[in-house]
Amino acid sequence: MLDQFLQSLQDTSIATAIREGETLFPWIECVHVLALTVVIGSIAIVDLRLIGLTSRDRSVIQTTASVLPVTWTAFTFAVITGGLLFASNATTYAHNFYFQVKIALIAMAGVNMAAYHLFLNRGADSWHTPQLTPFRARLVGGLSLCLWIAIAAFGRWIGFTINTPT
Amino acid sequence: MTLQSLDSFCSWLAATSVSQVIQTVGWVIPAVQTVHILAVAAVVTSALMIDLRLLGIRGTEQPIAAIARRFLPFIWWPLPILLATGAILIIAEPARALENPVFILKMGLLLAAAGITLACQIPLQRNPAFWEISAGRKRVARLIAVASMPLWVAIICAGRWIAYVQGT
Repeated sequence: MLDQFLQSLQDTSIATAIREGETLFPWIECVHVLALTVVIGSIAIVDLRLIGLTSRDRSVIQTTASVLPVTWTAFTFAVITGGLLFASNATTYAHNFYFQVKIALIAMAGVNMAAYHLFLNRGADSWHTPQLTPFRARLVGGLSLCLWIAIAAFGRWIGFTINTPT
Repeated sequence: MTLQSLDSFCSWLAATSVSQVIQTVGWVIPAVQTVHILAVAAVVTSALMIDLRLLGIRGTEQPIAAIARRFLPFIWWPLPILLATGAILIIAEPARALENPVFILKMGLLLAAAGITLACQIPLQRNPAFWEISAGRKRVARLIAVASMPLWVAIICAGRWIAYVQGT
C-alpha cells in the first residue's frame, strides 16, 4: 500500500524529470543545501541564546522574534526541495536507514520546539539578562542543537548509501 | 603550475598513505563533509543576518554595529574549520577538486565574499556608526548586502556542483 503510493509518486512526470534529467537533481540539491544551512544556522542562534552562550545582551524573546521568521522561510524551501529529491527516487529513499532516522530526528526536533513554545517558555519575557536562562531552556536549546547536527549528518549519509554523486 | 605537473601532483597526493586511509575508512568523508556543511551554516547564516540588517529587513531595532559585532565572529572563526575539512576532502580525492573548474570558481567566489565582508567590517571598526551616518552611506551598505548574498548562494551551489562536474 505504502510502496504502491511511493511508486506512483516516483512515476509522476516531475519525479521522472528530476530522476532522468542531467541537471535538475543537482540544482534542487543546491537549493536544499542553501535552505538547510540557513535553517540550522538560524536555529543555532536561538539555541545558543537559550543555553546562554551568545546574544546575551538581548532577550530570548527579541532573539526568537528576529530570527524565527528566517528559519521558517528557509525550512519551507528545505521541505519543498527535500520533497522533490525524495519523489525522484521515493521507493529507494523510503527504505534507506539514514533517511528514516533523519525524518524521525526532524520529528523529534519538532516535538522539542513545540514543547518549548507551548509549555516551557513561561516567563521567557524575563530572560533578558546575561545571567543563565532556566535549566529547562538550556535543556531545550542543547537538545535542539544536538538534534540538528545529527540531522545534517544523517542527511549527508543518505547520499553515501544511495547511488548518487557525493 | 602546468596541467601536467598538477596531474602528477594529484596522483602523488592520492597515493600517499594519508589519502589512502581517508579513502578506505568509509565514514571519514561523510563525517568531514558534515562538519564542513555545519561550518558553512554558521558562516552563511551570519552573513545573511548582517545583510538583512544592512537592507533594513531584520533586526532594525538595533544599530548595524551591534549586529555586526554579534555575527562577524561567526563568519571568520569557522573559516579555519572550513579550510581544514576542505583540505581533508582534497587529500582524499585531489583531482576531484584541484582539476575541477567549479572548485576554482568556488575559491574565487570565496575570496570575493571575504573581500566584501571586510569592506563592511573595516569601516565599522573605525566608526561604529559609519554605515548609518548619511543616506548615501546607507545606500552603499544596501549595495554591499545585495552583492554579498548572491556570492554566498553561488559558493554553496559551486560546492555542491563539484560532485557533478568532472575534472579537466
